[in-house]
Amino acid sequence: MKELIKKKLQEKLSDYIIDIVEFQSDLTFVIKAENLTIISKHLRDDVELEYSLRDILAIDRYTNENRFEVVYNFFSIKNKLRIFLKIKIEDAESVPTLVDVFQSANWYEREVFDMHGIKFYNHPDLRRIYMPEEFQYHPLRKEFPLMGIPNSISLPRN
Amino acid sequence: MLSSEKIYKSLEDSDTIFTIDDSIENTMVLNMGPQHPATHGVLRLLVKLDGETVVSCIPDLGYLHRGYEKLAEHCSYHEFIPHTDRLDYLSPLANNVAYVLAVEKLIGIETTCRVKFIRVICCELARISSHLISVGTFAMDVGALTILLWTFREREKIQDIFDVLTGVRFTTSFTRIGGLANDLSDEVKKMIENFLNQFPEKLDECEKLILKNKIFIDRCEGVGTISKDDAIQFGATGPILRACGIEHDLRRDAPYLVYDELDFDIPVYSEGDALARFYVRLQEMRESVKIILQCLDKMPNESIRINVPKKVLPQKEKIYSKMEELIHDFMLINFGINPPVGEVYHSIESSKGELGFYISSNGSGYPWRLKIRSPSFCNLQIMPKMIVGSMISDIVVIIGSVDPVMGEADK
Repeated sequence: MKELIKKKLQEKLSDYIIDIVEFQSDLTFVIKAENLTIISKHLRDDVELEYSLRDILAIDRYTNENRFEVVYNFFSIKNKLRIFLKIKIEDAESVPTLVDVFQSANWYEREVFDMHGIKFYNHPDLRRIYMPEEFQYHPLRKEFPLMGIPNSISLPRN
Repeated sequence: MLSSEKIYKSLEDSDTIFTIDDSIENTMVLNMGPQHPATHGVLRLLVKLDGETVVSCIPDLGYLHRGYEKLAEHCSYHEFIPHTDRLDYLSPLANNVAYVLAVEKLIGIETTCRVKFIRVICCELARISSHLISVGTFAMDVGALTILLWTFREREKIQDIFDVLTGVRFTTSFTRIGGLANDLSDEVKKMIENFLNQFPEKLDECEKLILKNKIFIDRCEGVGTISKDDAIQFGATGPILRACGIEHDLRRDAPYLVYDELDFDIPVYSEGDALARFYVRLQEMRESVKIILQCLDKMPNESIRINVPKKVLPQKEKIYSKMEELIHDFMLINFGINPPVGEVYHSIESSKGELGFYISSNGSGYPWRLKIRSPSFCNLQIMPKMIVGSMISDIVVIIGSVDPVMGEADK
């Protein structure tokens, strides 16, 4: 089953895929950020695939080039197979939003924005989800210290 | 003059101005939580009301955000196990198992058969205990107080089992990478058997109390209905998805541990409302009983740690008497397990839905990035969809039926 899906995806999306990584049976397709919407639409609409978005996360590589990786976690209830899409972006580069393809992307993207400061363009409501609105930093970036930054969150006034 | 106007008049002085909006003409914004007893923790909802009907609803999270993903980057793989207890604090054992399975997948080791069976027992006991709370508090929010006391009585028995099995009642930290902290003794086995023998009967009693109760059913039926497509679109998992008629359970769809050897059903209802979710949880508890009984039957007698000295902590008594074990223990505690470079994701079906850990390793003793895919967070996203258009008193019912645990949703 897995090989079949892999082959099918490779055939259909071969123009968009840069690299395929398989590690401990997890299948990751590395793609370009500008093709993300097309590919996820295809994953959703193809009657043999019917993928839905389960999670979005970002990884801060802390390098000068391609600093961030954004990983999209897809699961197909029909095929019972999980795949990951990964895009590599620079610091301060924006990513197209997936909200118009999957509604669930709304909060996932807000979380990534809150934690890593990655902006998603055309997102309908890109607010912070955990940290207070006036907070200036993005805690899961590697330069943010574990102990936090003193006075970065103001105490409530009485 | 109306009596209310009289009161305003008497209160009025030169500094006070009263403006009285006509509530029939205007919408009103109501702040519910984070301290509301029905929000099961610190969930804050901002609801806009037109009379008693909800026009829009915005959940506000983050009141329990403790930054576990940041902490994980500064913990060795073993050190993070106690932190997983604090995620979904109603079923800590399931979190322990989920995290350890992800790390084991990263290293590429497999535990002994006995460990797998004990882990399944732990997961299912945790599921029963979590669902008992969910069912009890849901009924209490709706107005049936007795059932809460009854389900808590049953849960107390599970906590007693955890007490003997793991040494503590709540924050268990029971699993280890490549094994478990303790073996499941005959005493615990006896306790579990005793509990399971009387539990279905007690569950029947609880069911009888409410399932023929017209007030309860009228209150829940048709409330917070969502369609199949919406549930998938919003990434809902667990009882919410199964109450919409989608037979999706990771125990069946992506079997981990020994679930593929066990015989159990997946309860599915097609209504998609609060009552259906309630039924799903009740049925799942019965299935869990079935699973645990099979596990107790099939469980082989084996060691509870595998022998991979570079990755798995040695037995405590051997550390004190053998040089080699002492060295390995020192290295594992001080420098970590150093898994191979790569990224893995492993998810289990916890009581709330799909609980997954995504670990990115750079080969050092600390995870480079650890992402928790928490089911409560993802399930909360669909809640505005359920709430909008319903009455204000139904909000309580809907929150209860979604059953979010904020420790997990806020991470």
